[in-house]
Amino acid sequence: MSRLLAAIVGPRVPEDELRARRARYLAPTLTLMLARLLLLVSVFLPYWHMELVAPQYPNGLFLTAHVSHLSGDVREIDGLNHYIGMRPLGEAAAFERAAAVWAILAMFLLVEGAAFVHSRWATLLALPAATFPIAFLVDLHLWMRTFGLNLDPDAPLSSSVKPFVPTVIGEGGIGQFRTFADLGVGFWLAAASSALTIVGFYFHRRAYRPLTLRAGAERTGRAA
Amino acid sequence: MKTTGSTFRFRTLAMTAALGGACLGMLAPEASAQESRRRRGGAEAAKPVELTAEHVGLLTKIADERRLNVDDLLAAAKTFMPSGRHDEYVLFSSGGQSGQVFAIGVPSMRLLRSIAVFTPESWQGYGFSGDNDHVAESLKIMGKPVLWGDTHHPALSETGGEYDGEWLFIGDKANARVAVIDLRDWETKQIVKNPLTISDHGAAFVTPDTEYIVEGGQYATVLGYGYAPPEQYKEAYRGMVTLWKFDRVKGRIDEARSFALELPPYWQDLADAGKRASDGFIFINSFNAEMAAGGVERGEPPFEAGASKRDMDYLHIIDWRKAEAAFKAGKAKAINGFPVIMLETSVAEGLLHFAPEPKSPHGVDITPNGQFIIVAGKLDPHVTVYSIDRVKRAIAEKKFSGQDAYGVPILDFDAVKEVQVELGLGPLHTQFDDKGYAYTSLFLDSAVARWTLGGEYESLNSDRPWKLVQKTPVQYNIGHLSAAEGDTVSPDGRYLISMSKWSVDRFLPTGPLLPQNFQLLDISQPGATMPVIYDMPLGVGEPHYCQMIKADKLKTWKVYPEVGWNPHTQRLDPNAPRQGQEGVTRSGDHVLVNMTAVRSHFHPEHVEVNEGDTVTWRITAVETAQDATHGFCIGAYNINLSLEPGEFAEFTFVADKPGTYPFYCTEFCSALHLEMMGYFHVKPKAVSATDADEASGAVVAR
Repeated sequence: MSRLLAAIVGPRVPEDELRARRARYLAPTLTLMLARLLLLVSVFLPYWHMELVAPQYPNGLFLTAHVSHLSGDVREIDGLNHYIGMRPLGEAAAFERAAAVWAILAMFLLVEGAAFVHSRWATLLALPAATFPIAFLVDLHLWMRTFGLNLDPDAPLSSSVKPFVPTVIGEGGIGQFRTFADLGVGFWLAAASSALTIVGFYFHRRAYRPLTLRAGAERTGRAA
Repeated sequence: MKTTGSTFRFRTLAMTAALGGACLGMLAPEASAQESRRRRGGAEAAKPVELTAEHVGLLTKIADERRLNVDDLLAAAKTFMPSGRHDEYVLFSSGGQSGQVFAIGVPSMRLLRSIAVFTPESWQGYGFSGDNDHVAESLKIMGKPVLWGDTHHPALSETGGEYDGEWLFIGDKANARVAVIDLRDWETKQIVKNPLTISDHGAAFVTPDTEYIVEGGQYATVLGYGYAPPEQYKEAYRGMVTLWKFDRVKGRIDEARSFALELPPYWQDLADAGKRASDGFIFINSFNAEMAAGGVERGEPPFEAGASKRDMDYLHIIDWRKAEAAFKAGKAKAINGFPVIMLETSVAEGLLHFAPEPKSPHGVDITPNGQFIIVAGKLDPHVTVYSIDRVKRAIAEKKFSGQDAYGVPILDFDAVKEVQVELGLGPLHTQFDDKGYAYTSLFLDSAVARWTLGGEYESLNSDRPWKLVQKTPVQYNIGHLSAAEGDTVSPDGRYLISMSKWSVDRFLPTGPLLPQNFQLLDISQPGATMPVIYDMPLGVGEPHYCQMIKADKLKTWKVYPEVGWNPHTQRLDPNAPRQGQEGVTRSGDHVLVNMTAVRSHFHPEHVEVNEGDTVTWRITAVETAQDATHGFCIGAYNINLSLEPGEFAEFTFVADKPGTYPFYCTEFCSALHLEMMGYFHVKPKAVSATDADEASGAVVAR
């Protein structure tokens, strides 16, 4: 069991080696630390915005998605959506929003763990954080698609507004509304975190792969 | 084989930084982020105008076709508001016999809104809320409804002598009432009836910090609604001035802390509170020092002659701080339950002095520095200017020329008079600008006179002091006039409104009843340049006075602060039904309806009661979008509400007319506005008796 754990955690860095090549071993630690930091901060910032403009709303309506909640003119947008038979926004991605903070905390800890693990298994620990922004966008798109395509056929405006797929990024339109959607600061922080995680793993592998190989070779040697 | 301590320390540091960053993230306010996004689509900045030969040609062609001259084109350019552009000033005007207040944008002169005050107004749902309607209750006098008023003088609340944009007060001359309007939602919140007098005139004027709202009387009667024959005019009839205490926190007049002063039966006219140099005084004109009691039917001279016989009337000078102290010291006597400082007390305490003024004057207006009191002659071509320093000195040195029949000391005219300036025929009211000019309306001349002030104002323009500079004709019979913040301690100049009472030929004929003419004058240039640049017909009531406030001083709500807001209490109402709490419940013969209104339905849509039931109906407009207003009416039951976004309303009535009554939204709220309706079913007694078993349950909602 301890051998298996040792195999997963990977070899430790000898003190003399660490002293000799401090930068090499510090690079992945620092990069991944920054990645974690950005991911954590992103929880508090908006991931996605949509502005809806119509003649009678000259100041626009705003919808802002954080990982954990929706804000802005949700009530007003829901009120308008009932005319086309769209379900209330609060019903979309309820599980994701409820789980998001815990999920990000888990990703934070996994990347934290990845910094300790020097074997290739570390990559697996970092995978959720690295792919999170993409997963967010895909999830958002799928929910919008589900909501847009499943309009209540008995809604008052069902004859003039047909099921549609709302635009997740960029300009779209529905009824008399033009919609402008873009990504928020939170998303960009998560994306930067993702990029840093990948860069961090380049440093990680560069630093620890030789150690792993050497340890493997030693084991093979001993066995032989 | 261990990681170094320094890395650990670094990690701890990073964790702290992460948490710090997270906190910063929380601080980054989402609203401001949205606001900055909103601004993205803001109004385009105006580009400098370049007129090409082609433009000039087009303008010339239009001007020729429409018979406009260059002055007309300039006037149009000064007043035209492109769509979406907001006016710089708001004019709050009395609505005269309409019993309302009107808000008008300046310089465009577009009517923005009416505010119902003393008259029920159906669009605003003002006074159409069943039996316990607090508006209807507040409109009762001596227990009976009085459904109109004659609004005369609006008064914006002041702080340090400046309009603060928070409250608006207005007097009802016909019934001696004062109303309080909250300028956050532009709704009347309170109406107080003067317990002493039937009618008034000198209302409303505020002291410089809105400590009191002044309501001066007019036609003398027996105080406290009493009776005495006209033969006892001098003995029994009295004038009065009431000082209503305003409680800013509650947003209400505090009747318990208000008091009045008994005055001789000289018909008190316009009033104004002193400011700066004259702070602490109230000035009131009068115009029947003769104490004529009329009686044209008995061969006596009519009032118009009798009340204009003497050469002089009395400017009343009241030290209101001393009066307040006397009131607080218990020196008032209760009349009709209201504390009144009697004349002999006023004389004994030195609260009241008279200054002679040329006969039957009208307006009394105080210069921005408070130094001069200007009394307009009405029947005299002069304005008479008094200096507050002279007045104070004369009081201190007791420079009296005598006393009146009630023992009130009369200050020596020459001791208090600064100067008299001849302006023309029928001077009525005076306003001020920022360049040392005063503006007086000349009723008979149908003109606005611009003249120069003296004292510290001398240096502000190149004209000689105390001289008439310009008379601009207005159409016609100007009453009040109003310059931009022109009765405050710091007038803005720029614009002046002539409230012309006759329009005669100015507009298309509208039958024998003609609109008033609100004329806008450009007073931004000094000297003789003071053109009329706009005529606005106002075909509702006969307005008297108006005040012009800088629009950015108003802190108007766009929608009510929270859904379920009670505008009467200005707070969230615990009884306001929320979504999910709708329903109809019965207890005995009392039915409670909890309803919500949202685009585009009422919930519930069917309300069933029995004939004779008392129905209490509560509605919350569950809306937060600006202008998403609903109405609610039940035809034949005289009920109509205006339910502005977030507003909660409650009304009670007896369902005494059996039948099926559609109720509907009276404000075109949405594409499905016509569908926003429901039925109010009132089961006739005979039918409900047979259904008695069914109806005995607690809930009768469908």
